[in-house]
Amino acid sequence: MLETLGLSRVEDLFAHLPPEVISKRPLDIAPGKSEYEIVDYFKARGGENANGYTSFLGAGAYCHYRPVLVDTVVSRGEFLTSYTPYQAEIAQGTLTSIFEFQTMICQLTGMDVANASMYDGSSAVPEAAMMAARLTRRHRALISRTVHPEYREVLLTYARHQGMQVEEFGYQREAGALDPVELERKLDDQTAAVIVQSPNFFGIVENIRQAAKIAHTHGALLIVVFTEAVALGLLEPPRDADIVAGELQSFAIPPSYGGPYAGIIATREKYIRQLPGRLVGETRDTHGNRAFCLTLSTREQHIRREKATSNICTNQALIALMATVFMTVYGKEGLRELAIQNLSKANYLAGKLPQRFSGPFFNEFVVSTNGRSPDDINHALLEKKIIGGLPLARFYPELDNAMLLCCTEMVRREQMDQVVEAFA
Amino acid sequence: MIRKARQHITQNEPLLFEQSSPGKRGYQLPPLDVPEIDPAAALGAGNTRAGIEDFPEVSEVEAIRHFTRLSTWNYAIDLGLYPLGSCTMKYNPRVNELVARIDGLAWIHPYQPESLSQGAMEIIAELERCLVEITGMHAVTLQPAAGAHGELTGILLIRALLESRGNPRKKILIPDSAHGTNPATAAIAGYKVENIKSNDRGMTDLETLAQALDEDVAALMITNPNTVGVFEENITRITRMLHDKGALVYMDGANMNALVGISRPGDFGVDVMHLNLHKTFSTPHGGGGPGSGAVAVKKHLEPFLPTPRLQRSGDRWSWNYDIPHSIGRVRSFYGNFGVLVRALAYIMAHGGDGLRRATMDALLNANYIRKLVEPYYEIAYRAPSMHECVFSDDRQAARGVRTGDIAKRLIDYGFHPYTVSFPLIVHGALMIEPTETESKSELDLFADALISIAKEIEEKPEFVLKAPHLTRTSRVDEVTAARRPILRWRPQSSVSRAAD
Amino acid sequence: MYPDNFHYTKEHEWVRLDGTTGVVGITFHAQKELGDIVYVDLPKIGTTVEKGKTLGSVESVKAVSDVYAPISGEVLEINEALAEAPEKLNQDPHGDAWLVKIKMSSPDEVQQLLTAAEYQTYVGAE
Repeated sequence: MLETLGLSRVEDLFAHLPPEVISKRPLDIAPGKSEYEIVDYFKARGGENANGYTSFLGAGAYCHYRPVLVDTVVSRGEFLTSYTPYQAEIAQGTLTSIFEFQTMICQLTGMDVANASMYDGSSAVPEAAMMAARLTRRHRALISRTVHPEYREVLLTYARHQGMQVEEFGYQREAGALDPVELERKLDDQTAAVIVQSPNFFGIVENIRQAAKIAHTHGALLIVVFTEAVALGLLEPPRDADIVAGELQSFAIPPSYGGPYAGIIATREKYIRQLPGRLVGETRDTHGNRAFCLTLSTREQHIRREKATSNICTNQALIALMATVFMTVYGKEGLRELAIQNLSKANYLAGKLPQRFSGPFFNEFVVSTNGRSPDDINHALLEKKIIGGLPLARFYPELDNAMLLCCTEMVRREQMDQVVEAFA
Repeated sequence: MIRKARQHITQNEPLLFEQSSPGKRGYQLPPLDVPEIDPAAALGAGNTRAGIEDFPEVSEVEAIRHFTRLSTWNYAIDLGLYPLGSCTMKYNPRVNELVARIDGLAWIHPYQPESLSQGAMEIIAELERCLVEITGMHAVTLQPAAGAHGELTGILLIRALLESRGNPRKKILIPDSAHGTNPATAAIAGYKVENIKSNDRGMTDLETLAQALDEDVAALMITNPNTVGVFEENITRITRMLHDKGALVYMDGANMNALVGISRPGDFGVDVMHLNLHKTFSTPHGGGGPGSGAVAVKKHLEPFLPTPRLQRSGDRWSWNYDIPHSIGRVRSFYGNFGVLVRALAYIMAHGGDGLRRATMDALLNANYIRKLVEPYYEIAYRAPSMHECVFSDDRQAARGVRTGDIAKRLIDYGFHPYTVSFPLIVHGALMIEPTETESKSELDLFADALISIAKEIEEKPEFVLKAPHLTRTSRVDEVTAARRPILRWRPQSSVSRAAD
Repeated sequence: MYPDNFHYTKEHEWVRLDGTTGVVGITFHAQKELGDIVYVDLPKIGTTVEKGKTLGSVESVKAVSDVYAPISGEVLEINEALAEAPEKLNQDPHGDAWLVKIKMSSPDEVQQLLTAAEYQTYVGAE
């Protein structure tokens, strides 16, 4: 090949670079390792993390069974190693599965249209807020303190540079649900969006209908967020929302120390042109066969550039595919049964512990530790190879003697009984 | 003469909803070991749904056949060359998939005790170290989820630094050859965008830059090598010009595959840059994501990095949330950890020397293609190509055939098209990046295909205009898809029929 | 090709006077350059537009083109038919597929625009 190029050394290929930019020394990275050494290294690192523990952690990342079929499908080279489906003729596999994904998200959330996924739930929130700002031409957002604390932080980071003012409103001390009185008080005619989460960070199911009514009366849009997708198998979806933003990690996406996950954003038909991210649409090819393609691309960065609805380029196709396979394996009946199992397990444990809030909850709930330190309780549990709940002090200083526990279908009765013992 | 591909029967397959049947199931849960709760009683009847209307109900066999059949309709790196410019479609090593799935890495919860997460933190720290070394920068954050996300993070860092100096300034300069995410990012970060025209060598014109550079400029967003695959020969002068005016230089690292082991952006004056781990560092594209947009910075930008950051005390890692000048979070938790594992595995497999050799192979492959194809297609710029080469369709346009059509005919030859019509500064661009993965034989087949198509355009252009001819799906009607969007399946839809 | 009683801009918009109302559209040349039109974004009725500033945009599958107001005034009417059938803009850009009707605030502005002959020369032979 060098001969074809008339060169004698490969180094000649960058000889034209200005000398001051050429590295003078080799990279300080150990020589290449064999496959076996690499596997050993990562197995060793894996061994330094919790192994074989039962976890009662939720708070935005959940431990659910992953059907075997999920990895079988996503490991196929045609899905794993393919690119964004810009060339529809040779990407119908990806495009069809995304169309199915978009459909299922609509069915789950009660919305009319959903995009092909966002990076994660946390970044879907500012995207939804910016969408509401564009639609209402207002620049203020009200967000409930019961929305995941890290999601609120992300919104602040984005909002600061969009000229968007973000303010929080509180929750009812008894019920653990958002405070509609405070919401009403803080709303004004400059509010573009009211952002709530259900089930909220405390696991409490919010009154979405009421929140929607309050928001709409003031001309603001309602954005409903979710972090536990399994809840949608059982809970009435937020049909009164204008935009739904959420996290699909529960659907066969490994917790994986925080990522990669897949967010979703879904909305009403009339807001479709302000939806960020990729969209797959149905059409026909020249022979009249049904086919799918990326569409409404003029919203996106590669065409609109500085006037785009978002700067997002990637979606989370492979992760969304995991969720699609999960939803397919469980199906209509399975998601419901899965949700009922979660609800039942959580109710079993919560019934034996001092609950902090009175509102209805799904698979997460807040427990008072009554004078004992949550860290001490968790410490005792670790010795039984149980990871306890999340002490809330780090996010809610007023709840410093409380912890957030999550029970999914994966925890067994014996383990829940051990948690009860640790609290005694 | 098409040598790489032949027609083959592929299975038809309807949508999941079209083959669903009530009661069919593909799952089985273990029985409840606690009393079953009545949802309406626990949650309130108004809070529970009757069922998920029209949700799929299929058996396990139907599910596996469905997705397997769909997969056979896709092209993929595992099938052959993907010459997409600036996408760096290199081989996705399978060992990466294995290690990412190790239980102790895949099942760890981001909030579990730090004492039980040391292995994960070590991986993050080691990857940060390697990327600092590769880029010649000072510190790295692995929090951003993708390239564009990294760009936003980078620009927010610049804003934070300038604000701390008293004036965030108003605009960002962006070459007209830039990727669309660059101006979109600048706008989201609250800056005005000013486009800088490229010169006739396809590079940033120093005169134009000097004229545009005033006290209102916060930064220049530059890609190097740029989107025509050419190294910015004046890069050190450019970065100095920006710094002299108190502005910063952001580098879009999408083309790092041309530089790893050869040149370090930190050494030529870049203040902050992002890397696409799903490009240069081999993590799989998966049909459009996930990615990971690592951001590397010089020391003066370190105080503003997203929270939290890893810190070491003795022999333990911990997360530091007390970073007073941090820009905050750009996403929840720590980053796309599963992607980071794969990127580190790639780096470990190559080692320092291997990474450098991979870069040189990438340069060799791109220049080899260029040499073979240049007699038939108009090279966009005469300057030496690095890891990608860009042609224009000028010669073929004379026969009424454009880059998009050539791309479609390339599909019949068994290849995925190159990047079409980008960058915008080239009229009718064909942007080709083979990567180091490809062997001479695959490259020869590709060059032969392009040459053959050039000849077809001379003799029977109408044939090329109607390509592809041999695919399962022919050209799709994107116009109707945009005019009357159908973005989901509906039960009574007359358009949606079971597969043909 | 280009009606004599229209006034034209270099950005390929046209204006037809109808009393104190200016009917605005884009030219045959513009729609040809764009290709198949998939969406038209028009301002709300009552919006004030300023000569030379954006009043809306026209989209094809792969491109967006801003439409600039050739005259200043208040938007009286918008062509609702284009929402359902944007392809009309390719079929009849000078007639059926007008974009907006504007109550002109400074009718003299049309004097600064191009005549049909000048516009024809500007775009060259079609």
